[in-house]
Amino acid sequence: MSQTEHSEYYVPAQSPWPILGAFAFFLIAVGSGTLVAQIGKTGEAGWGQWVLIVGIVAILAMLVGWFRDQIIESRTGLHSHQLGVSYRQGMSWFIFSEVMFFAAFFGALFYARLISVPWLGGASNNEMTNLVLWPDFQAMWPLTTTPDGTTTQAMGPMGLPLINTIILVISSVTIHFAHVGLEHNKRKQLANMLLLTIVLGCIFLFLQVEEYIHAYRDLGLKLDSGVYGNTFFLLTGFHGMHVTLGTLFLIVMWLRVLKGHFTPDNHFAFQAASWYWHFVDVVWLCLFVFVYVL
Amino acid sequence: MNSVTSTQDTIQHGSDQGHDSHHGPAKGIKRWLYTTNHKDIGSLYLWFAFIMFLVGGAMAMVIRAELFQPGLQIVEPHFFNQMTTVHGLIMVFGAVMPAFTGLANWMIPMMIGAPDMALPRMNNLSFWILPFAFLILLASLFVEGGGPAFGWTFYAPLSTTYSGDSTALFVFSVHIMGISSIMGAINVIVTIWNMRAPGMTWFKLPLFVWTWLITAFLLIAVMPVLAGAVTMVLTDKYFGTSFFDAAGGGDPVMFQHIFWFFGHPEVYIMILPAFGIISTIVPAFSRKKLFGYTSMVYATVSIALLSFLVWAHHMFTTGMPVYAELFFMYCTMLISVPTGVKVFNWVATMWRGAISYEVPMLFSLAFIVLFTFGGFSGLMLAITPVDFQYHDTYFVVAHFHYVLVTGAIFSLIAAAYYWLPKWTGVMYDVGLAKLHFWCSLISVNVLFFPMHFVGLAGMPRRIPDYSIQFADWNQIISLGGFAFGLSQLIFLALVIKACRKQGEPVADKVWDGAEGLEWTVASPAPYHTFTTPPKIQD
Repeated sequence: MSQTEHSEYYVPAQSPWPILGAFAFFLIAVGSGTLVAQIGKTGEAGWGQWVLIVGIVAILAMLVGWFRDQIIESRTGLHSHQLGVSYRQGMSWFIFSEVMFFAAFFGALFYARLISVPWLGGASNNEMTNLVLWPDFQAMWPLTTTPDGTTTQAMGPMGLPLINTIILVISSVTIHFAHVGLEHNKRKQLANMLLLTIVLGCIFLFLQVEEYIHAYRDLGLKLDSGVYGNTFFLLTGFHGMHVTLGTLFLIVMWLRVLKGHFTPDNHFAFQAASWYWHFVDVVWLCLFVFVYVL
Repeated sequence: MNSVTSTQDTIQHGSDQGHDSHHGPAKGIKRWLYTTNHKDIGSLYLWFAFIMFLVGGAMAMVIRAELFQPGLQIVEPHFFNQMTTVHGLIMVFGAVMPAFTGLANWMIPMMIGAPDMALPRMNNLSFWILPFAFLILLASLFVEGGGPAFGWTFYAPLSTTYSGDSTALFVFSVHIMGISSIMGAINVIVTIWNMRAPGMTWFKLPLFVWTWLITAFLLIAVMPVLAGAVTMVLTDKYFGTSFFDAAGGGDPVMFQHIFWFFGHPEVYIMILPAFGIISTIVPAFSRKKLFGYTSMVYATVSIALLSFLVWAHHMFTTGMPVYAELFFMYCTMLISVPTGVKVFNWVATMWRGAISYEVPMLFSLAFIVLFTFGGFSGLMLAITPVDFQYHDTYFVVAHFHYVLVTGAIFSLIAAAYYWLPKWTGVMYDVGLAKLHFWCSLISVNVLFFPMHFVGLAGMPRRIPDYSIQFADWNQIISLGGFAFGLSQLIFLALVIKACRKQGEPVADKVWDGAEGLEWTVASPAPYHTFTTPPKIQD
């Protein structure tokens, strides 16, 4: 690996983008923090929302500027093979960190299902917990009646979730064929398969919104419907955010493909987008099994 | 097996000096805002950490002033809680972690013969998030109702049901700190994996590099879990979820499981690089190769892996099933085996060495003795039945300050004294440094040692008042605290003097027993080093 590559590593000169990014994170954190607190206190969004919006605009500007520089450098041949390896390893570790983020919420799901709900129902040596706190509470999963009596209905795996699973699995295949097209320099296959993946991603998101509407309107399944609703919406919600991000990522890749970017041996950004897409797909499969089916 | 110590003679000096004209440091403030240079960013991290260390230290002074006497005299209990909380958060996330990241930035590229960190622009972003994150955290102290007051561990329901309006700011500041840490860790791991000079094989890596590689892995694995924990606190507090509320089917104890799944690897994040530093300094001043290099590597890996299996030893009194308590007790005690390997190796390295007592060695020796002491009190805490007595007392405070102050902080100071001449090109004021050492060593023990006594006698943590029988020791503890805090101003003066180049110029190889690539470049280290990688042979 590094032992064989002796060419000079590209160390970029000074750049204004990172500090802009840090400032954008600052605005987003301050904006979100005050927005959430203001809504929690008064029920109305105050000045926090404007700080948040400015922060989001700043971070988009940062991304555009930073990646523009990056693309120019890559296309002028400043990037060595070794730098490409750095990027690929960096992206892999980033995806690993995302896996661990989801692991926290899956952990909460498993804890609720296997420990806290059964214990509240008196399992193991917790009979007194049940008798003293909520003697009428029956442990069950999905938790459709919480200890304090909030009721809801469960979201079954059939219908929209199953359709969404199929869509996402197909999209993982199409992005793979797009990649194959890129590697064999079949630009048309690349562009079409990529576009198809984007369309599938958008359909997934649309159906996900439909499913949320169905949950809220028909099932009474809400974010605050006890720990079943909590884990359901946080897991599927964060997944949906990642699909949104992945779709945007793919759209940028598609526009770059149309502009003639990427060659069979220089296409890190495309590869990263493809990895990211496979990652959201795998997360969905885990979600489908543990949130919907089991 | 060739350790790194044998590689240094055989380096063929490359053309690393000739490339400096490429782009030297820019002028003025832009140099620091826009920089992509690992040395600039390392310096930024180190200065930031030092400033945060003093800020967090000032909060500790408030705590100790209040605890100088029983009863309430100086601050309100709610403000006292904010001080213990923010002191902890600042010291963990603002002082110790950024200081180690600063050392990683400065030293890892120079130790492995790389031109810079693998992703230099992201490196800048990682750093500059931190001042903003801590600005938010500190500013939240001035929000109506005060800042976070639920302890650095922000247990639910303290952080959900009973917390103030500033909790959302706390959550988002932790989020961006986490983003900073993850990006920093990715940079370190990729640098080590991909940027080693030809011939710098895995088992020639300096131990500081090895320990940071494993630390970076831990960071990437657990910082996202912390992000998950604060997110659930946010939704529980503001959006009606009940992850940590039994009424909705959740459990406040679940918070502790999630938090400590992050928290226990986190404490190794704060000590593994310290092990790397001590494993660098002890051989240099013993004039011997490190004893048991390979076992050091495997011990570090073992500690890191075991750190994922011990989190619930922080939770023995929460009413877990007995088999779980036993599992976590035995796993915890198992960690003393690889840690013991390390202490053994350091002692064996010194055995029959030609030891000299320069300041970095003094701090390293203090580290070995006092960290081991903190490890022993950790072993006591690991024993479930007796932990029921120690839990939430000052004994715990004594334990983790021995491993964090005389452990992590002492190693950081040792590292600063070891590499400062390389960074500045001048030898610091050794007299002042020795004064700093002796003042710190004595005061830190006056500060933390009696905490064991009052803790075993039953004095609880995090309470601004205490029973009258603890008064004498608490006065001594507070005096030790003020003395330790003031002693650090000696260090500040010394570092400022050295940065202003007041001192004797030093040779490229500052210490005659020192080994490693960083000593083959000029002192002070040129702005760009190893633009083309050095050749390393067996």
